[in-house]
Amino acid sequence: MIPAEPVLEVEDLAVRFTRRGEQPTRAVDGVSFSVAPGETVGLVGESGCGKSVTSLAVMGLLPRRGVEVSGSVRFQGQELVGAPDSQLRRLRGADMAMVFQDPLSSLNPTVPIGTQVTEVLLEHRDMSKKEAVDEAAALLDKVGIPDPRRRLKEYPHQLSGGMRQRALIAMALACSPRLLIADEPTTALDVTIQAQILELLRELVVDTGTALVMITHDLGVVAGLCDRVHVMYAGKIIETADRHDLFARPRQPYTGGLLASVPRLDGGRGAPLTPIRGSARDTIPWAEGCAFAPRCDNAQDDCLTEVAGSTVSLEPDGPGRELRCRHPIQYPPSTGGATASGVLR
Amino acid sequence: MTAVPASEPLLRVQGLEVHFPIKRGLVFDRTVGHVRAVDGVDLAIDRGTTYGLVGESGCGKSTLGRAVLRLVEPTAGQVVFDGTDVAALKGEQLRTMRRRMQMVFQDPLGSLDPRQNVESLLAEPLKAHGLGGGTAGIAARIRELLDAVGLPTAALRRYPHEFSGGQRQRIGIARALTLEPDLLIADEPVSALDVSVQAQVVNLLEELQERLGLTYLVIAHDLAVVRHISDVVGVMYLGSLVEQASADDLYEEPLHPYTRALMSAVPVPDPVVEAGRERILLAGDLPSPANPPSGCRFHTRCPWRQETRCDDEVPVLRELAPGRLVSCHWAEEIRDGVLRPKSPEEVAATQGVSVAPTGVETIESDALVQGIDAPIERT
Repeated sequence: MIPAEPVLEVEDLAVRFTRRGEQPTRAVDGVSFSVAPGETVGLVGESGCGKSVTSLAVMGLLPRRGVEVSGSVRFQGQELVGAPDSQLRRLRGADMAMVFQDPLSSLNPTVPIGTQVTEVLLEHRDMSKKEAVDEAAALLDKVGIPDPRRRLKEYPHQLSGGMRQRALIAMALACSPRLLIADEPTTALDVTIQAQILELLRELVVDTGTALVMITHDLGVVAGLCDRVHVMYAGKIIETADRHDLFARPRQPYTGGLLASVPRLDGGRGAPLTPIRGSARDTIPWAEGCAFAPRCDNAQDDCLTEVAGSTVSLEPDGPGRELRCRHPIQYPPSTGGATASGVLR
Repeated sequence: MTAVPASEPLLRVQGLEVHFPIKRGLVFDRTVGHVRAVDGVDLAIDRGTTYGLVGESGCGKSTLGRAVLRLVEPTAGQVVFDGTDVAALKGEQLRTMRRRMQMVFQDPLGSLDPRQNVESLLAEPLKAHGLGGGTAGIAARIRELLDAVGLPTAALRRYPHEFSGGQRQRIGIARALTLEPDLLIADEPVSALDVSVQAQVVNLLEELQERLGLTYLVIAHDLAVVRHISDVVGVMYLGSLVEQASADDLYEEPLHPYTRALMSAVPVPDPVVEAGRERILLAGDLPSPANPPSGCRFHTRCPWRQETRCDDEVPVLRELAPGRLVSCHWAEEIRDGVLRPKSPEEVAATQGVSVAPTGVETIESDALVQGIDAPIERT
């Protein structure tokens, strides 16, 4: 399955936010995953599960003060955790790039689009100003912005939301990065524009072999785009699977619960949705068992208590799958092709 | 599910228009144009049913909801609620009428006063209308409401910031219900919530409707939610309705090209279904409602556009089959597969730079549209 040497290897990554006089918060706790060229990996979870902090830690974009990052992030073999800023700056924008959720606040409102795109080119690629402008126009054209020469002179507020996101993607692509991290790239956009942006990302992965890390809360986006999916809850990965396996047979009750709680466009009216009990606040620290246990229908006594001094661990669960759960959803062996909704409803 | 109208529909909107003036100049406030947020909408909602209004940012769906309550003044048209034209009411009469139509807002934190505890938040509407029957009556009513939306009595003394998003939305719903309204207008009731919590609120709304016989106007951009909750769905594009049908019919076979594109763009959480779906990609962005395209407003992005007629002639909302309204000149031909769609590149090419707004150059039209009711972002 894994065709080549991974572009990115994250091992046992942990991020702690410390504040004077308060208990440190573990936003990310022992996260490991890797991404190969041409592969799309999804990090899925709800608000506060640590998916965005993971991406910021990988890019080295977290502030130094009050943040402790441990573990290892290797990009093409180079260790990034603790690497000097100069090294990170050489890589960021050139070999690894990021697209953020809100294009308006990640573009400088006082600088024309063109200047912002050429800035990347002048910094990382040995280009004259004129070459950079030509290249910037070509990039905007590539991401589907019509009349790119005119758009280069415009300011972010003059572009629509979808257009701004395209401009941001153009900047990310400026140096043909080996790794692109997209943090909720379509959440602020309308569905028809979302479809355009997802199509653009899909083409990009196929055409250039860029490794893509897709961070999202939308299971529909994952189903259409990602090869492998990591589901996160309260700072830890709780289930990893190939997208087909994950949607057909979710094993973690949280994953199953998420799938059962979203209304589907191809579902009917009538049957009430099956929500997950409580909210993200009802979690317990991982040190005391399984963080999801208070909301989980499958939870037994041993989920809520520490057993033999260890938290629930992430263990292999069939080919290409990993699972952190003591009482996962069971499937009778005969229902090989059953869909998640079929089993759960 | 087809609802048989018991009598007159509870709410009837006729030819509703809401235009916002665009002002320019420092000394003289010249009006240089109008944003036609809602431009001639007719719809009717039967008692006890749910009407789902969908569309993308800037299509005017929120403005329509607000105009029904007269939270914005309609420029023209009628809003007939239970036999009375709300658009013509004034002062005390309007205030009394509003008791019967309440609103649930998108952002529960933004719409609840941070300095009031839950008890005071829920008592306020009763006091304002002189209802509830004194302190004891109000206290009893509040307990009943908390029970109805599934919050513990301990919540009474707490403040909005102490609750999670889902609980806050429950408070918002309880507050809307205090005056026992007939119509509840819910503007993006679940879009600010996490997916696992969305289902709780959707179920709550359905349960309340069944128990209290409420009529809903649900405004949302999430088509899956709207399909789940609605009896009848209306699709808006640039200020007007382009299609209206029962939820099942609409999702079974969308007739308007825009509805088709919209539905094909919604991702389905199932890789097998996703791989097998036909996707209609639209060219470009929403044009500016300050200067909407001539003829059919969707013609600049429509993959099925036919020369001249679509550009020149405004299509009317016509009944294609019982209960199925669509405003497209070519709806039958598209349904029967006589016309073939063009690719987004072809559409963009035939329109020149159609993807750019057709708006007045001096107005930064996109900026006007953006941000009016963009969904609250989750992080």
